[in-house]
Amino acid sequence: MSRAVEESNRHMLRARDAMDRDYAKPLDIATLARIAYVSEAHFIRVFRATFGETPHRYLQRRRVERAMFLLRETDRSVTDICFDVGFTSLGTFSRTFTDIVGDPPTTYRWRAHDLRAVPACFMKAWTRPSSFGEARSRRED
Amino acid sequence: MANKITHTQVYVLDQDEALDFYVGKLGFELNTDADLGFMRWLTVNFPGQPDVQLLLEKPGPPAYDEATAEQIRELVTKGAAGMAAIIAVDDVHKTYKELVAQGVEFTEEPTERFYGTDCGLRDPFGNPLRIGTPKEGPIEVPDPGRVSAGDWS
Repeated sequence: MSRAVEESNRHMLRARDAMDRDYAKPLDIATLARIAYVSEAHFIRVFRATFGETPHRYLQRRRVERAMFLLRETDRSVTDICFDVGFTSLGTFSRTFTDIVGDPPTTYRWRAHDLRAVPACFMKAWTRPSSFGEARSRRED
Repeated sequence: MANKITHTQVYVLDQDEALDFYVGKLGFELNTDADLGFMRWLTVNFPGQPDVQLLLEKPGPPAYDEATAEQIRELVTKGAAGMAAIIAVDDVHKTYKELVAQGVEFTEEPTERFYGTDCGLRDPFGNPLRIGTPKEGPIEVPDPGRVSAGDWS
C-alpha cells in the first residue's frame, strides 16, 4: 500500500517541480497530468491530497510570488510583469494578485519600497503568499 | 571543541538504487558497505575526501516502527525531508550537461547568482540537492534593491 503512495507522491512532486520551473509558460492541467502519469481529474484530486491545495492554486501562488518579486525589484510595468510570470490576461492577474496579497499590484509596489532594507533571501522565504483570502481578512481587521 | 563535520545523512528508499545514483551518477565513491545485522551501514564520499561521508540510510525497524518509516518515506517522496547536500564542482555547466545526459532529474538549470552559479536537482527518491560552482574571491551580498530578476527564482 505504502509503495503506491510513495510512487504517487513522487509523480506529483514532478508536476509541482514543473510548475516551480516553468511558471512563465502556459501550463495547463493536461500537460501537468501527463508529467504525473495520471488522468486530469485524478491529477487535481491527488495533487490536492498530497500538497494540501489544488495545482491551479499552487501555480497561481508561484506566479504571484514571482510578480511580487518583480514589482519590488524591477521597474518593469505591471502589464509586462503580468505576462512575465505566465498570466495571459491583465484582468485575471490583477484580480488574482489582489485576492492573494490583499493589495493590487501598484499599491503593493508602492508599499514594498519599505521592504528594500531586508535581505533578499528573507524576502523570498517570507513574502510567498500563504493562501487566498488570508491577506484580505487581515486587511479588514 | 567541536570543529568538523565527518558524516551527514540522507534518507533513501532503496540503498542499491541510492548507490547507482550517488556513486554511478554524481561521482561519489563507496566508503563503507557493512551489514551490521540490524542495519546496512552504507556511506559514500567524494574522491580524496574519505573523512567527509554521506550516510545513505533506509528508514525502518528496529530504529523506526513501520508506520513511522512509512511517514518518513512519504515525506522523502514529497520532497519534504530536507536537502541531501549542496555540492561544489569546477564547471557547473559541464556537470549539468553530463548529468542531464544520464537522465538526472533537474528542478532548475544552472543560474548565475551573486554567490556563484548553481542548479537544482532531485535524487531518485525526491530529496533535493544543489550543485554549483562558487564564485571565487570574497562574495558580496548585493543590495536588495539591486538584485537582478533571475537571482532568486
